Amino acid sequence: MIHIDLTDQSIDVAAALRSVEADGAGAINTFIGTVRNQSTGRAVVRLEYEAYDTMALHQLRKVAEQAAEKWPMLQAVTVIHRKGTLHIGDVAVVVAVSTPHRAESFAACQYIIDTLKQVVTIWKKEFYQDGDVWVAAHP
Amino acid sequence: MRLNIALFGVAREIVGQSSLEIEAPAGQSAQGLLAELHARYPALAALSSLAVAVNNEYAADDVPLHERDEIALIPPVSGG
Repeated sequence: MIHIDLTDQSIDVAAALRSVEADGAGAINTFIGTVRNQSTGRAVVRLEYEAYDTMALHQLRKVAEQAAEKWPMLQAVTVIHRKGTLHIGDVAVVVAVSTPHRAESFAACQYIIDTLKQVVTIWKKEFYQDGDVWVAAHP
Repeated sequence: MRLNIALFGVAREIVGQSSLEIEAPAGQSAQGLLAELHARYPALAALSSLAVAVNNEYAADDVPLHERDEIALIPPVSGG
């Protein structure tokens, strides 16, 4: 079971965890990405996430489906990503997976967050006291 | 043919608007479109990468574009 969401509301982490509960699961693994207070030595004031919604949702689903192909024992996957303005400590992304045993839950969770960062059409702008930068835009 | 191109993130800021309508020769490829846009907006060439998406999928360089396609410029993504 795959659940994907892109939201401008704060993410309910407990609900995301509950959404992957399954009778066949002996392991639930979660990655929670949060807003850090600095980036390459500069103090971060806030972030803004912009998304190409339709493509981001489509690509997120594809990533989850790829994980389900690589780990056929996956019971459930939930991926929720924020957009809009976030402040220090806010939850930006949650990946939750359930599997029968723990090893696959770690591997599938890491695969999903790593691949999300490479392909999903979401852009992060960091705001500092004295400027702002689109992350990864320039070499 | 007339192509409508959606713009996001740093590409949106470089162009100064969130979408762009351009006249392109029939059969224009994704790569051809990028070359045209690089010529119009040289700052795009300074980006780490710039991809074209067609109908919510990343497009290979030689993919021909069509008037009804949903086309978008994809600068380096940074979600997560």
